[in-house]
Amino acid sequence: MLALAGRLKSEFAFDLFLDVTAVDWPGAPLRFEVVHHFYSTVHKVRVRVKQRVREAEPVVDSLVSLYGSAGYMERECHDMYGIRFRGNDDLRPILLYEGFQGHPLRKDYPKQLEQPLVPYRPPQRALEREL
Amino acid sequence: MTAGIPTPTIPNPVRPAFTPSGRDDTVIVNIGPSHPATHGTVQIIAELDGERVLRTDVHCGYLHRGFEKECEDHTWHNLIPYVDRLNYCSALINDFAYCDGVEQLMGIEITPRTKYLRTLLSEYSRICDHLTCVAASLMELGAMTAFLYLVTVRDAMYEHLAALTGARVTYSYGRIGGLAQDVPDGWFTRLEAILVEYETYVARVHAMVDRNRIFIDRLRNVGGISTADALHWGFTGPILRSTGVPRDLRRDTPYLAYAELDFDVPVGILGDNYDRYYVRMCEMDESVHMIRQLMAMMPEGPINVVDHRCVFPEKTLVYSEIESLINHFKLVMDGPSVPEGDIYVAHEAPNGELGFYIVSSGGGVPHKVHVRSPSFVHMGGVHRMLDGHQLADIVTTFGSVNMIGGECDR
Repeated sequence: MLALAGRLKSEFAFDLFLDVTAVDWPGAPLRFEVVHHFYSTVHKVRVRVKQRVREAEPVVDSLVSLYGSAGYMERECHDMYGIRFRGNDDLRPILLYEGFQGHPLRKDYPKQLEQPLVPYRPPQRALEREL
Repeated sequence: MTAGIPTPTIPNPVRPAFTPSGRDDTVIVNIGPSHPATHGTVQIIAELDGERVLRTDVHCGYLHRGFEKECEDHTWHNLIPYVDRLNYCSALINDFAYCDGVEQLMGIEITPRTKYLRTLLSEYSRICDHLTCVAASLMELGAMTAFLYLVTVRDAMYEHLAALTGARVTYSYGRIGGLAQDVPDGWFTRLEAILVEYETYVARVHAMVDRNRIFIDRLRNVGGISTADALHWGFTGPILRSTGVPRDLRRDTPYLAYAELDFDVPVGILGDNYDRYYVRMCEMDESVHMIRQLMAMMPEGPINVVDHRCVFPEKTLVYSEIESLINHFKLVMDGPSVPEGDIYVAHEAPNGELGFYIVSSGGGVPHKVHVRSPSFVHMGGVHRMLDGHQLADIVTTFGSVNMIGGECDR
């Protein structure tokens, strides 16, 4: 992937790294589809690169060495799908928080599951008396 | 602490952003996430040498509402109110970009009137968004009069859009295959009056600000970025154009009716805060120019396509014939049937490239909706504009980037 992106950038002038995300296909032998989007401001065309990875080893090449913008977007993709990016050593949570369990955009993460950072407070006494 | 209530153990929410710098004369300060100058909720951790910012780490996510997860649980139509709440300063552009994506997946071509109306409303929204951004960033520098002038115009526009859509900010006006309703009588007449009002007030702001010593001192050569750097960090929209390249999706890969319009793409010179202010002001003038052309060429005709897969039947038919009743029922319960496939659609939003990556597995509910939001990408590179400047410049630079929490954190 890194070699391909390097060629896209140097030979075909894809100078803008637009987006990286993943698509979850539960049950498929290669469960996650990591989707990259590039744009060339010279030729004004887009290209979409997809690669499939296994659930047990969701690792793809990081593009931070080629595009600075990849850093933040790879952090988001790691947050949401647990995809690891080889070569990006700053995969701190960005939209979620430190200590969040699981990856919410995976299809097997229940939508209603709550992980509050601060536990819910029991009802206050004054309210209880009124009730 | 009241007895009986267990003390919660809260893990430290943020790991250290920096490796130790090896200097013992610097101080690390935390700005935000809840601060009036952060335009929403964003946290900037800055290492300072006196008043000078050495390096920053920008952290977002405090407004994350699980937009993409929620999208996978609602029918294609029901997402429209959600996409409204991405960039809430120009909600219509989100609507139209999303509907465009779904329409392309379904192979629908919208009617001419809808095409021109969507273009007109996109430009109208762009003016609202730029007015908000410029007004807020001028106010942060103390220009209360300029702020009030600009939001006076913006409020007239909000009221005017409320007359069309029924809401001031979150319109939910786009529909797959058309629009919610046609424009009411007299709407275009009022639009022309508002554009004249816009010109009056914006001329006053130009007169007060453009050559004002205070603003030049605060904005010129502050937060500058080069074209190469801007592309490397994924900047699009006014920030990229302020560095001097006329890169605009409306011109480069025309969509809607932009190919038929006459407009310029304003660019800056240095890519600093002053250029970003000026590019936004010029873009609003171009939008006004486009709106006037669109009003002149607005065709008559229907606004919704005839397609039973996505467009709701007339209410009178729903009550009088069984086929339309079933059609209505299926659209509400199952959602529009979108064929299998994936698509990436990008529109030029006020902040830059707003992309929707939509995956359908062939049902009434999307398999995945991913938003490439300009604000989020800009937050990944904004430290390049903050580092090396003064602590007080963080406020002005951040204002000129126009980070919108709704689309940044989704």
